[in-house]
Amino acid sequence: MASGNRSQTAQGLALVAPPLGYAVLVLAAPLLTILAYSFFKDGYLTVVREFTLENYRTVWSDPIFHKIMLRSLGVAALVTLATVVLAFPVAYFLSFAVSPQKKAMWLFLITIPFWTSYLIRVFLWKVILGYNGVINSGLKTLGLIEQPLTFILYNVNAMVITLAHAYAPFAILPIFIALEKIDRSLLEAGRDLGESRAVTFWRVTLPLAMPGVVAAALIVFIPTIGDYVTPALIGGGKIPMIANMIQAQMLDLDNRPMGSALAVTAMLIVAVISLAFVALNRRFLGVRQ
Amino acid sequence: MTTQNPGPKTTAAHRAAMAGARPMIEIRQVQKHYGDYHALRGIDLTIRSGEFFSLLGPSGCGKTTLLRTIAGFEDISSGVVLIDGQDMQEVPANRRPTNMVFQSYAIFPHLTVAENVGFGLRRDPRSRAEKAAAVEQALEMVGLKGYGSRASHALSGGQRQRVALARALILKPKVLLLDEPLSALDRKMREQMQVELIKLQRQVGITFVLVTHDQEEALVMSDRIAVMFEGQIAQMDGPEALYARPTSRRVANFIGVMNFLPARVLGETGEAVQIEAPGLGRVDIPMANVSRADPGDAGPSVGFRPEAVSLLATGAQTANRVAGGVIDEVVYYGDMTYYDVRLDGSAGFDGQARPVRIAMRNVFGREVQDVGTRANVSWSPGSLVLFR
Amino acid sequence: MKGGGLRAYALVYLLFLYAPILLLPIFAFNSGTIIAFPLKGVTTEWFAQMWGNASLRRALTNSLLIAVSSSILATCLGVFAARASTRFAFPGKGPIMGLIMLPLVLPEIIVSISLLVVLLSLGVQLSILTVILGHTLICMPYATVILSTAFNSLDRSLEEAAYDLGETRISAFRLVILPLVMPGIISSLLMSFTISLDEFIIAFFLAGNEPTLPTYIFSQLRFPKQIPMIMALGTVLVLMSILLLTIAEYFRRRGIAKTGAKDTGGFL
Repeated sequence: MASGNRSQTAQGLALVAPPLGYAVLVLAAPLLTILAYSFFKDGYLTVVREFTLENYRTVWSDPIFHKIMLRSLGVAALVTLATVVLAFPVAYFLSFAVSPQKKAMWLFLITIPFWTSYLIRVFLWKVILGYNGVINSGLKTLGLIEQPLTFILYNVNAMVITLAHAYAPFAILPIFIALEKIDRSLLEAGRDLGESRAVTFWRVTLPLAMPGVVAAALIVFIPTIGDYVTPALIGGGKIPMIANMIQAQMLDLDNRPMGSALAVTAMLIVAVISLAFVALNRRFLGVRQ
Repeated sequence: MTTQNPGPKTTAAHRAAMAGARPMIEIRQVQKHYGDYHALRGIDLTIRSGEFFSLLGPSGCGKTTLLRTIAGFEDISSGVVLIDGQDMQEVPANRRPTNMVFQSYAIFPHLTVAENVGFGLRRDPRSRAEKAAAVEQALEMVGLKGYGSRASHALSGGQRQRVALARALILKPKVLLLDEPLSALDRKMREQMQVELIKLQRQVGITFVLVTHDQEEALVMSDRIAVMFEGQIAQMDGPEALYARPTSRRVANFIGVMNFLPARVLGETGEAVQIEAPGLGRVDIPMANVSRADPGDAGPSVGFRPEAVSLLATGAQTANRVAGGVIDEVVYYGDMTYYDVRLDGSAGFDGQARPVRIAMRNVFGREVQDVGTRANVSWSPGSLVLFR
Repeated sequence: MKGGGLRAYALVYLLFLYAPILLLPIFAFNSGTIIAFPLKGVTTEWFAQMWGNASLRRALTNSLLIAVSSSILATCLGVFAARASTRFAFPGKGPIMGLIMLPLVLPEIIVSISLLVVLLSLGVQLSILTVILGHTLICMPYATVILSTAFNSLDRSLEEAAYDLGETRISAFRLVILPLVMPGIISSLLMSFTISLDEFIIAFFLAGNEPTLPTYIFSQLRFPKQIPMIMALGTVLVLMSILLLTIAEYFRRRGIAKTGAKDTGGFL
């Protein structure tokens, strides 16, 4: 360990080299390739290596792209909102009302569904919500309805329910961790200083839990906006989201520059929204954290 | 302090024996930089064989860095470290004749007590049975006989400390390094371990180097103490000399409590310096008690320990000098009472009142005085230290 | 007790989480070929059908091969990354670790499509090897996070103590660090295995003609006749997941007990 600063640096770099090399080769290089492609021209089945901004021009002026991008954003935003709002009370319950010995068991119970086949879970929501699905057939058997309900099938609502279910644990865990970190005496101080329970929650607990809420929102928002399976299965392929569109351009139409431009644009939009969200939150929270 | 102290380390015989021992650790002009931070600024130090040596100072003074430099965990920027006459420059920590007791004890949680103690014997050519016997012996030495098969994470703080000691001592190092080994223990346990460490060191005869920020701990245990501030050694001396004759106000303040009064130097002979101090009058301070002032000091000052002076019972006679005053504050500690006394005329040169603290043992028959009563303070010139 | 209303809500929420999973065995044993109520009768036919299905077996073999390889590779890379990030300071640490963790926050469609484009333009034949490449990439951040927690909870002086007691840096790692992070390594292996086994998009794009379990399921979902068998398969998969997770949880707790640390609970 006879270790000056220089050898510390050298050892650190030597250790990080294998994972870094892997990430560069398998992640960074492909991403840069996509970026480069997005500025190339499309020849039939080939890529013409000539610089152009045409792909981006098309992407930005294409009404279909607009529609799909907005739908993806809308679905992701709704899913994020639903997941976080539904998850917060559960995380709060876990952190404040469950005895310490039982917390691990609750977390375990919450994470199990997350580890079961994503595809089958998505498909089962189709089964539950479908025309002859569990809800409709169940309600019909009970004689509550004559005709199947249709507002829950093959539409954005169904996608939101499915995705909210799929990413639920992602929302609970960060909020739970943030709540666990709150010094309980702060809450007692809040009460001691004359605030009611509700006001203490509003003025002390919620602001301190915000970092967890933000993490939860981002962790749900990013994968949902790029989800491929749910639109394909639940939406019946008729209401595609951005991932389905990228796939169609890249593979079905074999227009790689166009597909790349779509992917880069989508990535940029996601990045800008995420950063804006984080920045907004940081400002709202002041210097805390 | 403790009643079972195995004997004063400050006896003349002990000091003479120590002074004659050969050097074990020699540190010459050692510098250590961390980037812009200058952690050690020219350390010169000789620790003798068999000595119990302490590095004492506030956190961030460089004492731990110096210890880790001896252990080989830190490279030095320049200078020389010799252990038993051998240059350690190219010797890595795992081949140095030193072993360390870490502040956190660093007991391997996945191993039993015996496996922890025998950890360093892996490359030892002895048979398994001989090693087991050595482990048992080491455990016995630290008072953990029969604990070998226990899981180490279930041990108490004091027991962990003992395991760490046994684990280091079983390798028979030339030097045992102890990094704040008692700071994690509660007060009772700490005092007990201090005594045990002294006994253990006598028993094994190994050079101990202790890092601590606790001045009392250093005074109790050490043959010699180096007081460090900001990467430099401010004073190096035996406990008694360090306490009685600190060479600077900073050392005096760090070790125990000292009263300071501003002083005016009147003259100087070969044997003494004559000064005048408010409340005390004119005093001749012997040359041995003259130290230097720190750069930040306002001017010369004279200092004395709270227990070096005493409150005179009314009507009592003394051969010492006496100063009158009024009791300002009384703090009762059970065995001791501390009095803050405003000496007559102590407002001094600048008109500021400076009460001095006086410690009195609450022996049978002595009454605790009240605030506001007049008191006579008896003192002698030999108990003053001049900083100029 | 303030937990009353919240507890009821949490239980309803759990029911929502488990609703699809609870339906799985119901339809897996239902003799009707249409997935709807009312139920017809009890049968184990779908399990038999699943057992005799050759392409399913092939998909399963592929998936296991991919999951085992990716989890080992990702965990090895994760050990390096976690060790570097918890123990050493080096220039560019932030961006470097950022790149390694990037797949966590990147939609999988982007990862898979960009990798696909590169592989195709390099003329690489798509196979289970290319899927392993992709799965290792997305499992690496999870492995790094789990292992960083394991490395971080180690007192640094343990390593120094081993070194001080005469071991070399490598033997100190083997004798002290490795046994103490072993529970983390096992968690990382299990987690990576589970992620890889269930991953669809990368397998969908990078597997070429080779089926994996998820792509096989996806292809069969279009045929209503096959659905009951898929329900049976799903039931088996859920049971396997629960078993794996229980083993992972057991090792995590044992690791905590071994070092005498406090249980802070949970994965992720």
